[in-house]
Amino acid sequence: MDKGKIDKIIDKYEGDAGSLIQALLEIQSENRWLPKEVLAKVSKKLNVPLSRIQHIVTFYKAFSLVPKGRHEVHVCTGTACHVRGAPRLLDSVKDLIGISPGETDMDLKYSLETVNCVGCCALGPVMVIDGEYYGKMSPAKSEDVLKNYD
Amino acid sequence: MARINSPAELEEFRKDIISKKDPNRPCIAVCTGTGCLALGAANVVAAFKEEIEKQKLQSKVDVVDIRETGCPGFCERGPIIVIYPEEICYLQVQPGDAKEIIFETILGKKIIDRLLYVDLTADKKVVHESEIPFYKNQKRLLLGNNIKIDPKSIDDYLALGGYSALVKALFHLTPEQVLELVKNSKLRGRGGAGFLTGVKWEFARRSPDKTKYVIVNADEGDPGAFMDRALLEGNPHAVLEGLIIGAYAIGSHEGYFYVRQEYPLAVKNIGIAIKQAEEYGFVGKNILGSGFDFTIKVHQGAGAFVCGEETALLMSLEGKPGEPRPRPPYPAVKGLWGKPTNINNVETWANVPLIIKNGSDFLTSIGTEGSKGTKIFSLVGKVNNTGLVEVPMGITLRDIIYKVGGGIPGGKKFKAVQTGGPSGGCIPEEFLDIQVDFDELAKVGAIMGSGGMIVMDEDTCMVDVARYFLNFLTDESCGKCTPCREGIRQMLKILTNISKGRGREGDIELLEELARTTGDASLCALGRTAPNPVLSTIRYFRDEYEAHIKDKRCPAYVCKELISYYIDPDKCQACMICLRKCPAEAIDGGKNRIHIIDQNKCTKCGTCFEVCPSRFGAVTRLSGEPVPPPFPEEKRTIVRKSKDK
Ligand SMILES: Cc1cc2nc3c(=O)[nH]c(=O)nc-3n(C[C@H](O)[C@H](O)[C@H](O)COP(=O)(O)O)c2cc1C
Ligand code: FES
Repeated sequence: MDKGKIDKIIDKYEGDAGSLIQALLEIQSENRWLPKEVLAKVSKKLNVPLSRIQHIVTFYKAFSLVPKGRHEVHVCTGTACHVRGAPRLLDSVKDLIGISPGETDMDLKYSLETVNCVGCCALGPVMVIDGEYYGKMSPAKSEDVLKNYD
Repeated sequence: MARINSPAELEEFRKDIISKKDPNRPCIAVCTGTGCLALGAANVVAAFKEEIEKQKLQSKVDVVDIRETGCPGFCERGPIIVIYPEEICYLQVQPGDAKEIIFETILGKKIIDRLLYVDLTADKKVVHESEIPFYKNQKRLLLGNNIKIDPKSIDDYLALGGYSALVKALFHLTPEQVLELVKNSKLRGRGGAGFLTGVKWEFARRSPDKTKYVIVNADEGDPGAFMDRALLEGNPHAVLEGLIIGAYAIGSHEGYFYVRQEYPLAVKNIGIAIKQAEEYGFVGKNILGSGFDFTIKVHQGAGAFVCGEETALLMSLEGKPGEPRPRPPYPAVKGLWGKPTNINNVETWANVPLIIKNGSDFLTSIGTEGSKGTKIFSLVGKVNNTGLVEVPMGITLRDIIYKVGGGIPGGKKFKAVQTGGPSGGCIPEEFLDIQVDFDELAKVGAIMGSGGMIVMDEDTCMVDVARYFLNFLTDESCGKCTPCREGIRQMLKILTNISKGRGREGDIELLEELARTTGDASLCALGRTAPNPVLSTIRYFRDEYEAHIKDKRCPAYVCKELISYYIDPDKCQACMICLRKCPAEAIDGGKNRIHIIDQNKCTKCGTCFEVCPSRFGAVTRLSGEPVPPPFPEEKRTIVRKSKDK
């Protein structure tokens, strides 16, 4: 965790309660998760009760309250991917890496998430790993793709 | 770049840009929208750049420009390039093609046949973009410019006449006249509800308050649609120009873009566009010397579908959880921070410059009685030409799916088309000839929505589709009101039971009753429209529900609990392909030993069905019938006759 960078983000929004979500998003994208101490600091600096921050970070899906794995695997479960077999893809990815959507494994290797449409439905079913897109996936192909990550 | 202080200066500047562009100079436009990027467009651009550098070194001439553009729509055949001035369109271009394209097409003026679109119906190759049937049957007022501009360059937009609508509004029309034009154009909101835009603007304009806000709703939550994203990524200035004009008509001096954070490229491009517009003096104080002030902020959503709903969006903008509130008061009266606020969808805003520039007749001349202009759909699912299509209102569904979309792949049979996203409905074959507009779609139990259009074939299970949308909606219901939170959850429970073979007599009626209550009693449109996917599938595909409930059979072979995979011993050639690929190691067999699936181990992933060579076709799916007992051990050996005996 780069405390300096996080502090800088929080300072930028000091006293600006209306920008709470923007501040949290920035921290999330910098640190990939929101530790408790950071939330406490945000609460103090932006002058928002911690209970409301808790409400926000649990309401919106973009926030994570636990550390993420080294590789973030996103399986698209948008409608287009769904009708082209995303559920089967998701099942096989779940099996292969041993976790369910929303979870991170014990070794902090993978985090698995589902997303709703990543905007390349023509390639469905789609899987995105660390920002890299894999289109026209099948259970068998996903195994080959996942082999390349360690 | 210095600020532009008057319309005359702008025209001067525009002339300057255009005169610097040689219309005959070749330019390769490469789509770098999300779809093409996923297909490797970045490598294609890099390959072109490298090749051009080499060319420069060798012959000291700089032969061609490269333009990285937004999405022109034909995602199915990406990466797409269009070569100007001839407008030659190459599809599925790979980095390895770059050299050949530069030498053959740019320098040699020869067409490379291999990269052209093949029109199978007419059995010929198509050279120009506009002649490809996918494009030919569209009317691309909004998307058409995407391939012609670099979204990061305001000059490209200006060269195409950009911001002249703004000049016209600010200097030649009063706010009332702008409002009148939009009202007369009969433009209806493209975000879902189809409310008349001019009327909505007028409410906001009339609200007595000095501070007013205008907002671009770019939350695009429909899971399977990306129209707004293509506009924001590909032509952000068009949306921006529309917004400034709207602000002028309404009397607002502050605007917001509310963009979902799942669209990083859209956030980036709109940010660049605003910055450029500020530098040029189209945004900020005293715009173009007109005395009109307007500033804009970008706000990112944080992943909640309900935040697309306007009152929830306002809560989110204020930094709160995005929970809707009852209307009235409407945002036009009491919106952001309690001030009058006008919210429109991205595509709605993008229509505004067209109306101001060309007059309201321009829009009313296109479309049906009740719905004017064009609509962008994201045509996806089981259709040959997946992508974004912009069509005039009133076109038939059949034309969209077959003429533009090129029909259903793999010779499969069409089953239904789903429009309107999670609030929409499924339309069966018998209604394919209805004219697509707000009212006609509503008549058959679907909605226009924001423009998702998902084509489904015989392999799609309608119970599963209904379950899919309700599953999405239970996740996304904010939980504030009980009918929505509980109603959707109970419907989902019943649907899940049905799809797992635990459906009971009376379930359909119970679903219908729950659907009605949820629809009547929910606070916002999320809950009020949530029953649509259920009701429309029951209405048109009741037999599928009944098959699941009574015969425990899934006719489309989708619902896992109701299907089994089985290897036909008469057809199995013991080739070991499925045996090796089965991730569950559920297949027993060996060389020359007929394979058998252990039903207890099988996870029904379908891999065996996919990999079994089609000339054998030994793996079959069963539903609603028992799996035959395993083939007797002694008969499992295949004795092969060798040819020379
Ligand atoms: C659950 C829900 C989600 C919505 N999502 C969006 C959205 O993603 N984008 C959008 O423009 N409108 C969305 N709307 C519609 C908005 O509430 C609002 O009607 C629209 O932004 C108005 O703009 P328009 O008049 O230009 O259509 C949604 C509505 C509901 C009920
Ligand atoms: S639904 Fe998966 S990319 Fe659109």
